[in-house]
Amino acid sequence: MAQTAVPPVEAYLALVRRRRLMGAILLALFVVALWSGFQTVNARSAGGFWSGLPQILDFPRNLVLEAWERRDRMPGHMARAVPALIETINIAAVATLAGALMGMGLALLSTRGLAPWPGGVALFRRVMDVLRAVPEIVIALILIFVLGGGPVPAMIAIALHTAGALGKLFSEVAEAADLRPVEGLASTGANWGQRMALAVMPQVAPNWLSYGLLRFEINIRASAILGFVGAGGIGYELRNAMTFGQGRFDVAAAIFLVLFLTIVVVDQLSDRLRRRLTHGAAA
Amino acid sequence: MTALSAAAGADLEGRVLRGFRRRRLVALSVPVLLLLYLAYVFVAFDVMGLSQRARLDNAAILVRDSWSHKVHVTQDLRNAAVSVSIEGNRRSTYREGAWPGWVRPLPDGGTLVELPDGHAVTFAADGAIRFAIPDWGVLEARVVEGEVVTNLPDPPPSWANASPSRLAVTLPAGRLTVTAGRAEVFRYFPGWEMFFFHIDSPYHGRPAAEILWGGRIDPARPNLAGAWRDFWTNPIWRHADVAWAIWETVLMAFLGTVGAAAVALPLAFAAARGVNPLGPVRFLVRRVFDFVRGVDALIWTIALSRAFGPGPLTGTLAILVTDSGTFGKLFSEALENMDRKQVEGVASTGASPAMQWRWGVIPQVFPVLASQVLYLFESNVRSSTIIGAIVGGGIGLLLTQAIQTQGDWEKVTYYIVLIVVMVFALDAASGWLRARIIHGAPDRAARPRRPAA
Repeated sequence: MAQTAVPPVEAYLALVRRRRLMGAILLALFVVALWSGFQTVNARSAGGFWSGLPQILDFPRNLVLEAWERRDRMPGHMARAVPALIETINIAAVATLAGALMGMGLALLSTRGLAPWPGGVALFRRVMDVLRAVPEIVIALILIFVLGGGPVPAMIAIALHTAGALGKLFSEVAEAADLRPVEGLASTGANWGQRMALAVMPQVAPNWLSYGLLRFEINIRASAILGFVGAGGIGYELRNAMTFGQGRFDVAAAIFLVLFLTIVVVDQLSDRLRRRLTHGAAA
Repeated sequence: MTALSAAAGADLEGRVLRGFRRRRLVALSVPVLLLLYLAYVFVAFDVMGLSQRARLDNAAILVRDSWSHKVHVTQDLRNAAVSVSIEGNRRSTYREGAWPGWVRPLPDGGTLVELPDGHAVTFAADGAIRFAIPDWGVLEARVVEGEVVTNLPDPPPSWANASPSRLAVTLPAGRLTVTAGRAEVFRYFPGWEMFFFHIDSPYHGRPAAEILWGGRIDPARPNLAGAWRDFWTNPIWRHADVAWAIWETVLMAFLGTVGAAAVALPLAFAAARGVNPLGPVRFLVRRVFDFVRGVDALIWTIALSRAFGPGPLTGTLAILVTDSGTFGKLFSEALENMDRKQVEGVASTGASPAMQWRWGVIPQVFPVLASQVLYLFESNVRSSTIIGAIVGGGIGLLLTQAIQTQGDWEKVTYYIVLIVVMVFALDAASGWLRARIIHGAPDRAARPRRPAA
């Protein structure tokens, strides 16, 4: 009682001061880390940040100027990019479908309460972690070595990554599912597959579909990038247009435009669909 | 009364049954449509042709190379000189007299190469090459007037392939090839060759205990310092460069994410309803966010690499630009969803607008924003590997180079392992930090609507 003479207000203010000091030190360290990191990256690059900054608009300007100069050819270029675009979308769609199927399996196997072998839950989670951690480009390039170029390596690579990413999200949804229907079905003698299909799926389907659509958006972008490293589709066409001599900027501009429009349209469509799925049909 | 309800019941029954039929039709048509689509893709992707184009021998090389290496024992048949080298690389040849124990010079001038399970190859002094195969016998080959002559029966066993120009024997214990110019034995060993020390280093092939506790191996240096230096500057594996590349990849993701957050924060205030009263400005800023997100990271990467050249700077800026759109959207949504009551509560104490911000707004939105930044950071560590492969920076560059040489599969395996470890470590670190920052705020609510890529 008699030993602590410090009034509570003083103690509180001292605490606040200490916390503020800690906050300021952390912030200063953070800024120093940012600055030195920026310096390192800048030094390691061929062009400097400050010398590149004024040129940042050169490329877009050239692109737009050249495209404008040959604007009569733009519709033709855009039409010629459509088959490659369809290939890119097909890669993304099949990869999303296959990945979602694998993800469903992995999710059910790694959700506590639903897994047929509870001992395997940790194992299947690690499998999903590894699938997520390996970037698509790694699997794609290795498969190109074995299978040759074309859309299939990209498709498999994206599907594997998707399986890991969706498996985790699916399993989070499935964890929240009501177990009573599962128990009800189990009491009638339903086997594991029937319990999952009839008791779990109806509960999780809207959320799973919504995540699947979101992944489809992401996969279109991924499949365009993989095309750029040699896996076919619109990314490959873009690379050809960019590296052809000085670069055929009008073709590149047409491909940019097609890709941009596709991404925006798919984003909008899937946004609307997802809203309907999660908030119920506007009935 | 009863008649009426019976009629209504029949009507209801009809409607329910029709509803069932319709649903069944929909439920059936979805898989059918999916199957049709897959069939179309099967044709469009030319999956049938793929089975012909696939190189299963490449796959076999890849798998074996990724976990094992081979040592070549080569005899030049013109001058009978024997050399032992790792993977047949001239720069990693064993010095004369320092051969591994299973290659022995014989007293008569020949060379004995011991292989597992009692197999052995002898480069005899008289020019013959004898392969002792325990449950078959001794295969003898000679080069007579530029042609390879063997004692193989006709037809030869399935593990041998003989023609006048070339003999090839492939057994689990090892391989032997003989041509007019030279004879070569391959012995396989598990593990990556020279991962720790290059063959020229005095520490190569020494047990760890000897390096740690034994006497000085290289008299000029203490063991630990010398071993560390030789490991770090290993000219084949280049551990120092790889460590630097990993660091560069993380740095690209870190700078890109933090920079994007810094750019997006003020803009998010301008885009948030309830913060910025000017409708047209809000609309404009939102469309800018949509545009930046809509233009793909790939397009930004290409456009920026024209201005900033190859290197990690372009990768950083590509992440920065792409994600500032994402952050702008997420941040402005978080600002719109904040609770006004807390701000009003602070205002009721007579606080100035600045203090209302400090004590009413920031404590609410900071955990949400910070956790979104951390989520995108995790996702960006993965994407910066890919972007690095395009712009030429970080581990992505090393990886694509190693894959494109199509011979360094052990390095590819190593890099993949490093990438997985890097991603795991950073996920764990960021998860720990997120749990600390949003202590109290539920983790799920703060999650951005973009799943970790």
